[in-house]
Amino acid sequence: MAGVVPQKSGPVPQELELPGGKSGFRNWLDRNAWRDIIIAVPYVWLLLFFVVPFFIIIAMSLAYSVIAQPPFRYDQTWPFVTFDNFARLFSDYVYLRGYLTSLRNALLATALCLLLGYPMALGIARAKGVWRNMLLLLIILPFWTSFLLRVYAWIGMMGSNSWFNRGLTSFINVFLPAASEIHSVPMMNSNFAVILVVVYSYLPFMILPLFANLEKLDYTLNEAAMDLGSRPMQVFRDVTLPLSMPGIVAGCLLVFIPATGELVIPSLVGNAADPMIGRVINDEFSLNRHWPMASTIAVALLMLLVVPIMLYNRMQEKASEGVK
Amino acid sequence: MGIENSGKAWENSTTAPFIRIESVTKKFSDFIAVNNVSLDIYKGELFALLGGSGCGKTTLLRILAGFESPTEGRVWIDGQDMTSVPPYERPVNMMFQSYALFPHMTVEQNVGYGLKHEKLTDVQRKDRVKQMLDLVQLSQFAGRKPHQLSGGQRQRVALARALSKQPKVLLLDEPLGALDKKLREHTQFEIMNIQEKTGITFVVVTHDQEEAMTLSTRIAVMDKGVIRQTGTPTEVYEFPKTKFVADFIGSINQFAGTVKSVTKDKATIACADWGGEITVNRDASVDVGQNVSVAVRPEKISISKKPLAKGLNAVEGKVIDLGYFGKDSLYRVKLPSSALIRVNRVNDQRGHETERVAQWEDQVWLSFEPSAAILLKD
Repeated sequence: MAGVVPQKSGPVPQELELPGGKSGFRNWLDRNAWRDIIIAVPYVWLLLFFVVPFFIIIAMSLAYSVIAQPPFRYDQTWPFVTFDNFARLFSDYVYLRGYLTSLRNALLATALCLLLGYPMALGIARAKGVWRNMLLLLIILPFWTSFLLRVYAWIGMMGSNSWFNRGLTSFINVFLPAASEIHSVPMMNSNFAVILVVVYSYLPFMILPLFANLEKLDYTLNEAAMDLGSRPMQVFRDVTLPLSMPGIVAGCLLVFIPATGELVIPSLVGNAADPMIGRVINDEFSLNRHWPMASTIAVALLMLLVVPIMLYNRMQEKASEGVK
Repeated sequence: MGIENSGKAWENSTTAPFIRIESVTKKFSDFIAVNNVSLDIYKGELFALLGGSGCGKTTLLRILAGFESPTEGRVWIDGQDMTSVPPYERPVNMMFQSYALFPHMTVEQNVGYGLKHEKLTDVQRKDRVKQMLDLVQLSQFAGRKPHQLSGGQRQRVALARALSKQPKVLLLDEPLGALDKKLREHTQFEIMNIQEKTGITFVVVTHDQEEAMTLSTRIAVMDKGVIRQTGTPTEVYEFPKTKFVADFIGSINQFAGTVKSVTKDKATIACADWGGEITVNRDASVDVGQNVSVAVRPEKISISKKPLAKGLNAVEGKVIDLGYFGKDSLYRVKLPSSALIRVNRVNDQRGHETERVAQWEDQVWLSFEPSAAILLKD
């Protein structure tokens, strides 16, 4: 909180002996009011739009489902709530498979984003002046068109009659014997399509934090390593890579967490027979009208994602310990 | 007061130079950072590249390290052409101005980093790191990270790291730049001692002329990409060859004048600023009618309230400024011609302010020996 002058909280000595001495409220208004108000706004926001809804979801996950309005109820007697929904998470294979599909797709997409994004981020960070701004603009530019439009564009490209699919087909056929030539590449409605579109959509979220981190690295350190006998690849391994760890973790989390709960992409291009967990929640909620089950899956998903966030926080702490 | 421990190899024409910079030019798009520089540095020297910012000294150092390749010219180290050898294959190590310590490694790992690439056993490697840490007296800090050290300690880690590979040449970029005054003096002598102990050839880049004078065996004074003069600290201070060098190293009083008459070993110069004639020692190249500058160091002028006989480089003036530094004082004296002269005088007598040689507004007499003046041609 740079720039905020630390001020003593608690009673401020008041000039009581003077006529017109200020009351506690006046004092606060004059001295700390703006600081306190500015700090309070995000807290109130988080409380209203995150903490309260989150507790509603938790409460709902412990309710019984009924066909009524609203579609859940609680027992009239102690303990009022039920853990049946959580038990069902483990007994019904649909849910476990949903989690596994989600985690697998998200992990693969994150790994691909990192592999693609790291060289790009490094390239942008090492680019000079105008070039750097140009390249950054190119990364951000896709955001200016609607996300849905871009997913639909991919649907069109992956369809078996698209130029993209036909081009890919004839490219693959070059390597296949004439007898086993294929007519098209079956891309749509598969986890491959989900991963492809997730990587495409989330790549900027990998590149931008990586860029922010890599840009700050002191190039003199690379020169020092080179001076001490390291070849460029060794310099990368010994200096750039370890020092960019915070950026890697931030980028991976920014891709992995939303990718795990992704709903739109798997709904549009995914395999309905092997749905991701976002789709399962959606189906429970709107098709089944089983709000408690949908809430349970959501709470469990959150728990699943909190673990990597906590790991990240621990790493951040360690990193700030080592590098100032 | 440079230590001349290399036996003045540069004066011996049979000794081959250890580092040879051969008409090196470095251009950055349209800017010429280094302009046709040739320089020989000998084994075991502590050589200083001295100049203001943007004079090309750092570029020259980076060319020696291999981070920049010269646009034209060649660089030889120990008889090998290094012009196109990458930095990781040069027998040269550098101590960076910012120290460039790896923040994610401990002191020990920093110092040992360069040894990863040497064919050493683990025991040898550990020994070498220990030896280096002992050399810079940092053994008890081996496990610390750079941010847990003070500025002076970081500087010593950087020095140990650069020395760990036992390079043929050690390059130091403003080695004392970030240290405070007391630490600076201490570190200066430490660097000189380490240089003597290891016998490695040191090339130091600095903008601080005092640092260059105390540290080095020889100094190259650089300006706008060229070397203006190369010589021992005494040579560049007492016998500068150009106005620029005279002005850049220390402070100096300069008067423009015309040679009026010459004898075998003296010349008389008419100086309007001095308000009369100055007699100086003459070398053969000075002749009657030439326009020259007479340059005198402030500490070579004596100041006195007692009237002096006019004639022998003596003049009367008024003290208009007085700076008291403790060990010495600086007087700015205004001559009748309204020229200002800086005079430095050691306060070798203990006394109160009123007991000093001169006070503000005092009439004083200045004089200097004919041998004290430097004759500079334009």
